[in-house]
Amino acid sequence: MITNVIDRRRRAQRLLLLLAVTLPLAMLLALGTGAVHIAPSDTLAVLLGGDRGQATLIVQQIRLPRVLLAGIIGATLAMSGAAMQGLFRNPLADPSLIGVTAGASLGASVLIVAGGSSLSGLAGLSLVSLGAFAGGVLAVLLVYRLASSENGTSVATMLLAGIAITALAGAAGSLLEFFTDNERLRQISLWKMGGLDGANLPRLLLASVVAGAVLLALPQYALPLNTLLLGESEARHLGIPVNRTKLALIAWVAVGVGTSVALVGTIAFVGLVVPHIVRLLIGPDHRTLLPASALAGAILLVCADALSRIVLAPTELPVGIITALIGVPFFISLLRQRHQYGMQT
Amino acid sequence: MSLLALQSVDAAPWGDPVLTDISLSLAPGEVMGLIGTNGAGKSSLLRLLAGDFAATSGSVLFAGRALESWPRQQLAQQRAFLPQLSLLNFPYTVEEVVLLGRTPHSTGLRVDQDIVRQVLRATDTLSLRNRLYTQLSGGERQRVQLARVLAQLWHPDDMRGTLLLLDEPTAALDLAHQQQLAATIAGIAVRGCAVILVVHDVNLAASVSHRLLVLDRGQAVASGSPETVLTPALFRELFHAEVLVQPHPNGRQPLVIGL
Repeated sequence: MITNVIDRRRRAQRLLLLLAVTLPLAMLLALGTGAVHIAPSDTLAVLLGGDRGQATLIVQQIRLPRVLLAGIIGATLAMSGAAMQGLFRNPLADPSLIGVTAGASLGASVLIVAGGSSLSGLAGLSLVSLGAFAGGVLAVLLVYRLASSENGTSVATMLLAGIAITALAGAAGSLLEFFTDNERLRQISLWKMGGLDGANLPRLLLASVVAGAVLLALPQYALPLNTLLLGESEARHLGIPVNRTKLALIAWVAVGVGTSVALVGTIAFVGLVVPHIVRLLIGPDHRTLLPASALAGAILLVCADALSRIVLAPTELPVGIITALIGVPFFISLLRQRHQYGMQT
Repeated sequence: MSLLALQSVDAAPWGDPVLTDISLSLAPGEVMGLIGTNGAGKSSLLRLLAGDFAATSGSVLFAGRALESWPRQQLAQQRAFLPQLSLLNFPYTVEEVVLLGRTPHSTGLRVDQDIVRQVLRATDTLSLRNRLYTQLSGGERQRVQLARVLAQLWHPDDMRGTLLLLDEPTAALDLAHQQQLAATIAGIAVRGCAVILVVHDVNLAASVSHRLLVLDRGQAVASGSPETVLTPALFRELFHAEVLVQPHPNGRQPLVIGL
């Protein structure tokens, strides 16, 4: 495959533009989708302040927070995945590699078993969400500590430590599930599947602030990430403060993914598949890869959530099932032609 | 004034000493070849100079200033290192890889692309520039990585104050490209770039270097011009090899012939 640098950058700009146009359209369609169908023209009118009776209520009160939350979470997961793939120099890395997802699941399970789901927490967040966030961040801290020595942090060790902590948290979670009653077991397993049905204004606000910070912070590390693909020493020789960069990336990803797991549970494959696909299309330059992944992740999750509302309407499927069902076949087909794109892994 | 000055440097990054009592100085435009058996400390010396680990004792001065006290970006503008092995497995194009060498500079895409074109030409990789790095052969990759570190220091006229460290840059190169590399090194040395390189082919080392430094078990055992350093006695003691050292037909360097 022959690719000119300038052509590649132009193609990246075009993809960014295309995604930036598609996202609002996808959101508009998603706002109209659900047990009650609303025409795009009506949705638009409601958004512009018009009154369409029942439609106004549904769009403003129920679907708007939900669609916006899906967009923000999808963007955060995908951009975090892109950053992790760059940091680990592995296009098959996933944000959950650093233990955040498993830690968050355990945190949530502990609180569900302890009866926390009946108590309300802070600012519209349940105690379970807070437990998940704390669990996720604690797991990442532990993984980071395990991989750090006076010589710096080894990403290879971090990968292994992440696998170990994930296994440990999984075992502890299974132990809890083994001893708890059926009702709580079902709560835990529903929570793990993920869902955006809990979207409300306070959650949306929280997600906007935290995930917004992550979405603004990660692109600052685009150039360091570009050099990190050459290898850590090579990046250092190019004047990049490698250890500081690693710590910052891990911290932002932990906060971003921890927040999204706390708010909507574990959503499979967005963080792995989206950056991978975007990289195949426009190359590994993080200056465009990070924003394009964020936009594509937002689109994927908005669409997946819309599908989850209509496939078995009026019952809602957990959105994690849909993302995996869309993501996996697409991903496998890409894997089978990866040599065409110059992937060696 | 010397660009690089090491004074009784010891280094033991993993506990055991890998470098013991190394002293050397290098002037701008000087090319120094490091030779020695496997594990003699050649790569360790380069990595010490590249800042991968610090000296446990002794001093390393770069342009009169302790190496570790340099601001990292300024240092990256003046010192580049080509390691033995590249880990890159993401589908950058060749030109993108070489452009990464311009990271420490803020000279803008137009200047950078101009420099990239020059270093691609110097490494015979201009025809590869739109290819994906992951689809290149080993020798092509090595030339692209060489182009990247050249781009980091490149200036068409004046390269004084820069130091290029090359760890086995010819390992995967065919004969024509080895000769091209020698010419490139001579070219940047004339413009003031100091070069330290590890090469296993002693004749190649002798042809590109003004000076050779011989390492054995982390210590400097001989240093000087190729004529004075490359003696049958050295090869007998160090490599346990019998060689014949003759004047090269080109009259500029000794020629080592294995027996």
